[in-house]
Amino acid sequence: MKSAAFMSRREVVGFALLAAIIFILLPVMLDGFRLNLFGKYLTYAFVAIGLALCWGAGGILSLGQGIFFGLGGYCMAMFLKLEASTPENTAIQSTPGIPDFMDWNQITELPAWWEPFYSLFFTLFAVVAVPVIFAFIISFAMFTRRVSGVYFAIITQAVVSILTILIIGQQGYTGGVNGITDLRTLNGWDIRTEEAKNTLYFVNGGLLFAVLFVAQYVRRSKLGRLLIAMRDQEDRVRFSGYNVASFKIFIFCLGAAFAGIGGAMFTLQVGFMSPSLIGIVPSIEMVIFCAVGGRLSIIGAVYGALLVNWAKTSFSESFPELWLLGLGGLFIAVVMFFPNGLAGIWAEKIEPRLLALWPGKAAPAEPAPKGTDAKTAAAE
Amino acid sequence: MFSDYSWAELGAIFAMQGFAGLILFSVFVLMALGLAIIFGQMGVINMAHGEFMILGAYVTYMTSNVFAEYMPALFGIYFFIAMILAFIVSGTLGLLVEWGLIRHLYKRPLDTLLATWGLSLILQQTYRSIFGAREVGVSIPDWMMGSYALTWLIEIPINGMFVMTLALGISLAIWYLMYRSTWGRNVRAINQNRVMADAVGINTAWTDRLTFGIGCGVAGVAGSAFTMIGSTGPTAGQLYIVDTFLVVVFGGAGSLLGTIASAFSISQAQSIMEFFLSGSMAKVLTLLVVVGILMIRPQGLFSLKLRK
Amino acid sequence: MSDTENSNFPNGMSRRAMLAGTAALSASLFTPKGLRAQDYPTSEVNTTGLTITDDTVTIGILHSITGTMAISETGSVQAEKLAIEQINAQGGILGRKIEYIQEDGASDWPTFAEKARKLLVSDKVASVMGCWTSASRKAVLPVFEQHNGFLYYPTFYEGLEQSPNVIYTGQEATQQIIAGLNWVTETKGAKTFYLLGSDYIWPRTSNKIARAHIEKFMDGTSVVGEEYYPLGHTQFNSVINKIRLRRPDVIYAIVVGGSNVAFYKQLRAAGIDPAEESPIVLTISVTEDEIRGIGGENVDGAYACMKYFQSLENENNKAFVAAFKDMWGEDMVIGDVTQAAYLGPWLWKAAVEKAGSFDVDKVREASPGIELTSAPEGYVRVHENHHLWSKTRVGRARTDGQYDVVFETDDLVEPDPYPEGYQ
Repeated sequence: MKSAAFMSRREVVGFALLAAIIFILLPVMLDGFRLNLFGKYLTYAFVAIGLALCWGAGGILSLGQGIFFGLGGYCMAMFLKLEASTPENTAIQSTPGIPDFMDWNQITELPAWWEPFYSLFFTLFAVVAVPVIFAFIISFAMFTRRVSGVYFAIITQAVVSILTILIIGQQGYTGGVNGITDLRTLNGWDIRTEEAKNTLYFVNGGLLFAVLFVAQYVRRSKLGRLLIAMRDQEDRVRFSGYNVASFKIFIFCLGAAFAGIGGAMFTLQVGFMSPSLIGIVPSIEMVIFCAVGGRLSIIGAVYGALLVNWAKTSFSESFPELWLLGLGGLFIAVVMFFPNGLAGIWAEKIEPRLLALWPGKAAPAEPAPKGTDAKTAAAE
Repeated sequence: MFSDYSWAELGAIFAMQGFAGLILFSVFVLMALGLAIIFGQMGVINMAHGEFMILGAYVTYMTSNVFAEYMPALFGIYFFIAMILAFIVSGTLGLLVEWGLIRHLYKRPLDTLLATWGLSLILQQTYRSIFGAREVGVSIPDWMMGSYALTWLIEIPINGMFVMTLALGISLAIWYLMYRSTWGRNVRAINQNRVMADAVGINTAWTDRLTFGIGCGVAGVAGSAFTMIGSTGPTAGQLYIVDTFLVVVFGGAGSLLGTIASAFSISQAQSIMEFFLSGSMAKVLTLLVVVGILMIRPQGLFSLKLRK
Repeated sequence: MSDTENSNFPNGMSRRAMLAGTAALSASLFTPKGLRAQDYPTSEVNTTGLTITDDTVTIGILHSITGTMAISETGSVQAEKLAIEQINAQGGILGRKIEYIQEDGASDWPTFAEKARKLLVSDKVASVMGCWTSASRKAVLPVFEQHNGFLYYPTFYEGLEQSPNVIYTGQEATQQIIAGLNWVTETKGAKTFYLLGSDYIWPRTSNKIARAHIEKFMDGTSVVGEEYYPLGHTQFNSVINKIRLRRPDVIYAIVVGGSNVAFYKQLRAAGIDPAEESPIVLTISVTEDEIRGIGGENVDGAYACMKYFQSLENENNKAFVAAFKDMWGEDMVIGDVTQAAYLGPWLWKAAVEKAGSFDVDKVREASPGIELTSAPEGYVRVHENHHLWSKTRVGRARTDGQYDVVFETDDLVEPDPYPEGYQ
């Protein structure tokens, strides 16, 4: 029988462990430079959590999360850029007071749609709203016509393509292929100093947990149950009278919102945003973070994002040629041998042994996707 | 724009633009046919499709080097041999990949997407290690370079005609295979009802394997043909994937006619828009229109069944 | 981890052979006497805590070794390592040998920024040779300005930048474009131009300058078309037909990457042979490196506007090409960016010696006016705006992948990253 608690004891332990690692262990072990890197990885974790909901629970594979990550990131970048482009800072431009890339492109006044981004409130709102609106348009059109699966994935790729071409081409308004760079202060607070980056790391961690709680709430709610049911047997859910499309739209938009927040935090942590973070390749890589961590587990998604990115940085320093082979192999291995990722391995292999040492209440089982065996279904 | 040209010249320009559109159509057909065969049969999108194409291109490159060194007299015909080799090599790799990877993932098309993406990364790195990160130049026999003057105003690129003939030939060959051979009959049977097809004794595993192999082989031939018009390097395959996927998805599952119709419409739309607008805008508009139409009619132009 | 100084000779060439090439080069170099470490105690030459000992000074190399840009950036890395080898063979700088830490930007701009921060903050290098694309430079620029680093940037680019923390050893747009346009108008009598490019900042900005020059600063010339295609686009038959329709005298092409290969192949296939010069094909984006991928037979007869060609006939270049091939292999080709990268370490050495210190502020002060008579392109001088005075040349491509130099400006062309009248 399913427990009605917000979190089972297992999950509390899982959350606590993650919190310990993020807030205590890593800051102690790592120097400023590496901690900043992990801050960046944490921003990718937002996307991974969104995918764990969308794809793991909902069965909707989006190969275009880069769109929402990028949109959120660009909104934040626009705000920061406007703040950095005060008339004093830009005195040498032919038109002071507007971002430098606009000046090089002979644009003489700020386009109207940039104006609202002077306001921090509006920007924070836009960081979530713009990706969600986009997600809504895409998903409304597709899910109400019962398109999903492979078709949907390919269309997300096409949208990624379109967005990338547009952003790169309209360099006067978006900074083009260089992106929006040279961001300095957030409401007067200098984000480039070491202390600022450390603070951002903790802010990232905090926001991440907020998002995790929201995701946990969704999963434990009736919506969460419905999502899993839809993933496995969509028609039955439909015949039971539920409006399948609206649930799918909701979860896709939620995933987009998370990705947008991640993008905004990325812009703050790294100090710029560029279209290279939106494209097809990064979008697919975001899926692997979720897959490695365990698509059914939101905590696993966070670990996946941290681990894969850390591996990427380490490998590309020491064995650059091997990295691509390793990454390709990782995709294949995760799909073939451990489809539930690290969380699955933990749940199947490691946890039972730990529990045997320390008996406790058995956790409520969350059904695994059809096609995986019963053992995996019993765990998690 | 058209004011200071004679009628003959304008006619020639439009004729040449028409041919440009046909060449683009043939390019799309070649790119997409291999994938459409696989997608129609198994519902699998092979994200490594571009890399199979480039494999064919590399085979062509190696063949051209072998001929240049050992059989220079026969250089003029090496291209045909290269294409046959490209088909065999890509096809064989396809068979192996199906056996080792795809067949374990049949019930999980989304996972196949990811696994084949991983395969594409591995293939890219392999090409980089063997052939180097730089693009390689493939020399074309003289008779294939340049253009053919249809009339004194209209000039058609020879490699364009080659690509068109090839696309036509391969389409006919696939049609023949699909509707006149045992394999084709098995494929159609499995498409209609896999369980029954199994029950009447068709070896579904082997048919699937052969299908994947043929699809990849066709991709290899396409890649071989593209050495004439594009670049050959480890990451060159990525340039084709979005277009190829869209053509296949737009055409609808299980219908080769759909793929051809889809290739035709997308290529003509893009070609006409490129003529009147700038390149980037044409591309963005084409993509938007295709995505828009797919949102309205998600099953594609022709489809035998609604895919999920 | 990072690659520290280990000379690798992939073809097993002997150090002796390499040094022989160096000897020829150093013979023409001005080598002040008395540059020994004890003349320059570390406490005096390094007051900002850089990684400098009594025997060594550490610099950074930041290029893409993996990813799509690796193809292009490999040449720059090779040139920089050659320069470092040669400088060390002569005794180093202020009596210290150069050691380098090489980081991989992986064709990813955030990675460039993070490696730049690592080099400047953790490794405290004295200067960095790096970047290739404008995007990577834009990404690292704030890091260099915040931590007061010094970057030597080798690629020809769009200008519109002038940072106190960067020395731009490649040409900026006006240097590359204006002389070439003047030449083709005067020598070939060209009147009409069709501008074509890949769709991003460098071609768009360059074409803006080209258009301004054609329409305002030259007589009787006009632009009859301007088009952009997305990066990675591979089908150019439509634009080739449009070009046919307009019948320009010159196709001014700034296409890059895989599109470059496709464009020239399809141009040739459509019956437009650059060698027939009707229309003339003039480009600023095809160096000897790119011809390798395109194929010499496809680009034969096209004109390119650069400051350096491998076939330049002067003593410096002959020695340079020989040393380069000795170190990296006989079949290497050397394009404009590779040569500009080679200049980086030498310019830095000259500035340090003039300043008598490794401190970035002093090096920066000493840089304007630095001359290099040993440059393979002939002679360069650093301008106050941190770009180089250099000559512009036009070359005609050959089937073997090299260029015949057909024109060279008489004087050095002044760099002008913010050109008046072109904005």
